[in-house]
Amino acid sequence: MTEPLVVLKDVNKHFGDLHVLQDINLQIGKGEVVVVIGPSGSGKSTLCRTINRLETFESGTITIDGKPLPEEGKELAQLRADVGMVFQSFNLFAHKTILDNVTLGPVKVRGQGKKDAEKRAMELLERVGVAQQAQKYPAQLSGGQQQRVAIARSLAMDPKVMLFDEPTSALDPEMINEVLDVMVGLAKEGMTMVVVTHEMGFARKAANRVVFMADGQIVEEAQPETFFTAPRSDRAKDFLGKILTH
Amino acid sequence: MGDILSTYGPDILRAFWWTIKLSFFGGLGALVLGTIAAVMRVSPVAVMRFIGTSYVNIFRNTPLTLLMVMSVLGITYILGVSLSQDITQNAIRWAIVVIAVYHGAFVCEAIRSGVNTVPAGQAEAARSVGLTFGQTMREVILPQAFRGSIAPLGSVLIALIKNTTVAAVIVSAEAASLMQKIIENEGGSFAIFAIFALGFVILTLPLGVGFTSLSRRLAVKR
Repeated sequence: MTEPLVVLKDVNKHFGDLHVLQDINLQIGKGEVVVVIGPSGSGKSTLCRTINRLETFESGTITIDGKPLPEEGKELAQLRADVGMVFQSFNLFAHKTILDNVTLGPVKVRGQGKKDAEKRAMELLERVGVAQQAQKYPAQLSGGQQQRVAIARSLAMDPKVMLFDEPTSALDPEMINEVLDVMVGLAKEGMTMVVVTHEMGFARKAANRVVFMADGQIVEEAQPETFFTAPRSDRAKDFLGKILTH
Repeated sequence: MGDILSTYGPDILRAFWWTIKLSFFGGLGALVLGTIAAVMRVSPVAVMRFIGTSYVNIFRNTPLTLLMVMSVLGITYILGVSLSQDITQNAIRWAIVVIAVYHGAFVCEAIRSGVNTVPAGQAEAARSVGLTFGQTMREVILPQAFRGSIAPLGSVLIALIKNTTVAAVIVSAEAASLMQKIIENEGGSFAIFAIFALGFVILTLPLGVGFTSLSRRLAVKR
């Protein structure tokens, strides 16, 4: 494995009585694509959100590129700028055009000039195939298009690592592939990615490693082929049995 | 009615012009104060939230008349704090301040209810792009919150215009105090009430219609 970019060490978190993250230890190398799967309520989304501190945690450490996550304030904002995040519900800024959605971060956080930011934004929108829609508002786009814009918005910050929190779960089936194609493309180019997803096809095609979570713990880590064909734990066998028979 | 209009016509217009001035500056102040208070009330810092909440609770629950009287009688005459050397100017400025501070509390709540219409994901997305709390508020939350709170803000503004009549207890320039003077001079008549009521309707009715259409036009599509 290459030098780890994201390191989680003994991370613990509770939601009230529920122990959602239990002694999580995970290292993600530069350029590595890690897919996190598991039954709902297993803590996989929480894990993803903890990495850029949208969720706080109680004990343990998370470092990104050697730097520990700051608690709050400007430093945390700066760190988040280096960590791209793609949400299940897209969360495009509803009152801004597609182009403004993509340029907001570069202009306000990176201090880029508006012209440069727009030029780069158009390149990114071109790349994800929604350049035609640049002047429209999010509500005028399909879910698949919105999610591709969300990916472009993250890319515009030149992130060191990108987090995907169930990026295709809110999409109509015929739109899933257009988003997955963009993600596979990113993976091929060497982007470091943490992807929470149920898309086994994506895991097989693009992931270096599959992390299986259940009840707040990492139960199993393996290469995708190994994991899908020969899971070791009963919990994983049970889970795969339920989803692969369809 | 004709008599009164011919005798007092220019006075009435001048009085309503003062009402408009009180409303305009008071409303502007209320918007600024209310927005600041609303941001404080949703901020992650506990002290800020406490200050914002205290402000709203104190001024929303105090009678406006009491605040008006307290400003001139209490703060200027007893504590000696004047906003102008001129007595009339001092009273007018205090009236604007009181109107702004009092209605700021209501503006705060209107905007806060607007903030609650903005899905949590919008703030999460803004923060994960690397915006600070202030930038998140300015760029993403408040623009959407204002659009969501236009209708209640319209109600606050209409109430504010009518509440400028309370300033009559310290200011003798605006509409309500002129009405008292005319009644003293001419005796009470329905005509006088009708004229002033109509004056306020002329000020407030278009505002209500305007705000309703604005809230429809600016609604954020999701």
